[in-house]
Amino acid sequence: MFANSGQESATAPQANRMSIVLFSGTADKLMAASIMATGAAAMGMDVELFLTTWGVMAFRKGDYRTNTRVSADYAEYGSVMQEQMAAKKATSWMENLEGAREIGHVHIAACSHTMELFDIKVEDLEPIVDEVIGVAAFIEQARNSAISLFI
Amino acid sequence: MSTPITINREIDARGSHCPGPLMELIRGLKSAQEGEVIAVLSSDAGSKTDIPLWVQKAGNEMVAIEDLGEGVSRFIVRKHVRK
Repeated sequence: MFANSGQESATAPQANRMSIVLFSGTADKLMAASIMATGAAAMGMDVELFLTTWGVMAFRKGDYRTNTRVSADYAEYGSVMQEQMAAKKATSWMENLEGAREIGHVHIAACSHTMELFDIKVEDLEPIVDEVIGVAAFIEQARNSAISLFI
Repeated sequence: MSTPITINREIDARGSHCPGPLMELIRGLKSAQEGEVIAVLSSDAGSKTDIPLWVQKAGNEMVAIEDLGEGVSRFIVRKHVRK
């Protein structure tokens, strides 16, 4: 199968899927990822969200309620973002993901390597996380996706 | 001018941010009967691109888009009828 794998990938139809590697755990990037996932779900695409490293940390039970981190290069906007989100009643990234799952197929998987590195068990994560998978399983989804993002 | 349209339900999504108004519309249409007309009020600029795109993609009918001023638009959508 490896001998002709190049040919296979050249001719394989691209699945109507968006694959996202969610590496970041800051609220600003989680917000961006959740909106992308929602948009894709709304437009009828399947979404595969692969949480790794800080992305896993952000999905620890209850963490999202107190996660006010923003990207370090925009650290001075951290409090502004929180204030504006509260003032404008913006939905949280977790609410966005819940909404995306209501209207479409959004599969959320956590990286087994990160889980082991930080001694996190699947029961330590928010119930929105479907399962723990290895990187190869994600790559098989990403290989056959019309859109792939790293956030 | 044209036949008046009966709007079965109007959703006020003003103040909700992208993709909030679209999500409200999707939820609204989900619970609507086929052929029913739903209106959504949105103050999010993204709705002007996103709602017509989604309506077409999902096979519904974009009945009208009204500019209500002050950045608010009213999107009137008829739920598709399965043939």
